[in-house]
Amino acid sequence: MTNVTDRVEADAAELLELYEQMAVIRATEQAAQDLFLAGLVKGTTHLAAGHEAVAVGASAALRPDDYVFATYRGHHHAIARGASPESCLAELMSKATGICKAKGGSMHLTKADSGMLGSYAIVGAHLPMAAGAAWSAQLRGTEQVAVAFFGDGATNIGAFHEALNLAAVWRLPVLFICENNFYMEYTPIGAVTSVPNPAADRAGAHNLPAEVIDGNDVLVVRDAVRRAADRARAGDGPTVLEAQTYRHFGHSRTDPATYRPEDEVRRWMERDPLAVTRDQLAELGLSDHAVLEADERAARVVSAAIEAAKAAPPADPAEALTDVWADGGAQWRN
Amino acid sequence: MAELSYRDAVAEGIAREMRRDPLVVCLGEDIGAAGGVFKTTVGLFKEFGPERVWDTPISEQAIVGAAMGAAMTGLRPVAEIMFSDFLACCWDYLANEIPKVRYMTGGQVTVPLVVRTANGGGLGFGAQHSQAVENWAFAVPGLKIAAPATPADVIGLMAAAIRSDDPVVFFEHKGLLASKGEEPPPDHVVPLGEAVVRRQGTDVTLVGLASTVPIALSAAESLERDGVSAEVVDLRCLVPLDIRTVLDSVGRTSRLLIVEENPYQGGWGGTVASIVADEGFELLDAPIRRVAAECVPLPFADRLEDEVIPTVDKVTGAVRRLAEY
Repeated sequence: MTNVTDRVEADAAELLELYEQMAVIRATEQAAQDLFLAGLVKGTTHLAAGHEAVAVGASAALRPDDYVFATYRGHHHAIARGASPESCLAELMSKATGICKAKGGSMHLTKADSGMLGSYAIVGAHLPMAAGAAWSAQLRGTEQVAVAFFGDGATNIGAFHEALNLAAVWRLPVLFICENNFYMEYTPIGAVTSVPNPAADRAGAHNLPAEVIDGNDVLVVRDAVRRAADRARAGDGPTVLEAQTYRHFGHSRTDPATYRPEDEVRRWMERDPLAVTRDQLAELGLSDHAVLEADERAARVVSAAIEAAKAAPPADPAEALTDVWADGGAQWRN
Repeated sequence: MAELSYRDAVAEGIAREMRRDPLVVCLGEDIGAAGGVFKTTVGLFKEFGPERVWDTPISEQAIVGAAMGAAMTGLRPVAEIMFSDFLACCWDYLANEIPKVRYMTGGQVTVPLVVRTANGGGLGFGAQHSQAVENWAFAVPGLKIAAPATPADVIGLMAAAIRSDDPVVFFEHKGLLASKGEEPPPDHVVPLGEAVVRRQGTDVTLVGLASTVPIALSAAESLERDGVSAEVVDLRCLVPLDIRTVLDSVGRTSRLLIVEENPYQGGWGGTVASIVADEGFELLDAPIRRVAAECVPLPFADRLEDEVIPTVDKVTGAVRRLAEY
């Protein structure tokens, strides 16, 4: 009995950690929205509130040296792979301390030193890159895997199919993880896609295994990614995972997402990944108090991040003419 | 000194770097056992095997996208896009991804890759297999661009391109593949961004790149018989652009004719002309002129293609008019 109790406690402790990571992401996304509405974030944002379990669950299953490629809706992946909320919010606020020195912005959060190799804003473009990173790992014999996270909309673009085919033919250690939030920007994905499961139903065409999973359950995501990563590391090739999830905000900026039926939104909000995890924690016997403390810690981290980002100096104009070339400069002629 | 063809120089240039650095890998359509449709990768598969020379499907986005991902994670990929026209199929990677990722991540990543491609006309392949598209790449900040005119430069620039930590688009000219030249010594490297004066002259500077270098040289010989002394500058690279060598030459000749195979509309000669007009105005005794491709799709028939792309006669005609100015 002691062993079972210990395991339950260990599970609860791990799950609470995942919960807290999700809470940090949620609070960061809310801050991004608030700062945008306050005029402190320019351009656009594509918030991932609602998608937290995909990033946190996947990250929990990956090795620290694995590669992650994300989309313009990628704040959650940057944070799940170790980017601080402060460096992300500073980036959004055009500050010198931004994670990309304010040269990337919301759509390009990157933390290369922990293998988060970028957020890409041309739909589908990063799937071949992830295949290439996996190819590199395979050739170097490192047993690393590469993961491409992408939206349902990306499954109708050529690069998706080119990447899946190449990865299948070369048996690459790559995971293609679709975050299916059921809307391609403002259009229901089902209205513009020939199959019901936009990623998983296409995997068979490339002779790849696929799974449709609950993307709002962090443990389901973690376990599915672990299975797929194990297969990849064992030399058994790529896997397609389709994680069903839902955006809490609109597609971008101030999109109120009025195109989504109210009852659909309500159903998904009841399946908020943080609420799902809170229920699981209660089932494991964790007290409400412990969850509340995790929420408070997350809130403190993010409010400190907001203050630090606000106080940081603006981007240095001299930075505009650096970082084009590997020598750090931008000289193209003599 | 042994001779080799421009075609064989491509494979030799790649092989030299593959022997030197085990992280150099090649990928592309038909580049393995088949040796490439232009036979520019002959021998690589045999020497280095399937672990380093990879045949791909006809998937230009996957080829260049995978090369990018591999370059970001420790390899030095050399990707082949069979005809430069097909760059349009993967242009996202050359316009949006590869040249920008270093900048937009604040310098967090480097992309040491080479995209090689067979460029240009003169062989009658028609509108979708004959274009000179170096100006496409020249429109994108963040790409280095090499376009050799001789076998020795193919090898020397290939070495520099593969060793470069920056992305390089490497244009191999189809019309030059059969041409021959001296085989360069081992470890021959031509640094990116160093133009060379191929022929000295006093009356006019002809600036060329790849196929237009031999055209300019032939024109210069013909002009010599008419008493016009033409200097020929081979740019070798568009980025970095060695404009200093051009300005120095114009300082000696006071006249400039740019010979480029890409269309006049948006061609690289426009940028060269604008810099010389801006920074070398006092050096000039005549307007800057350009012989470039006509602004039409490339036609198929030889007689029509000759109407469109630069020829020796067009260059000599333009120089004579310039000399009389």
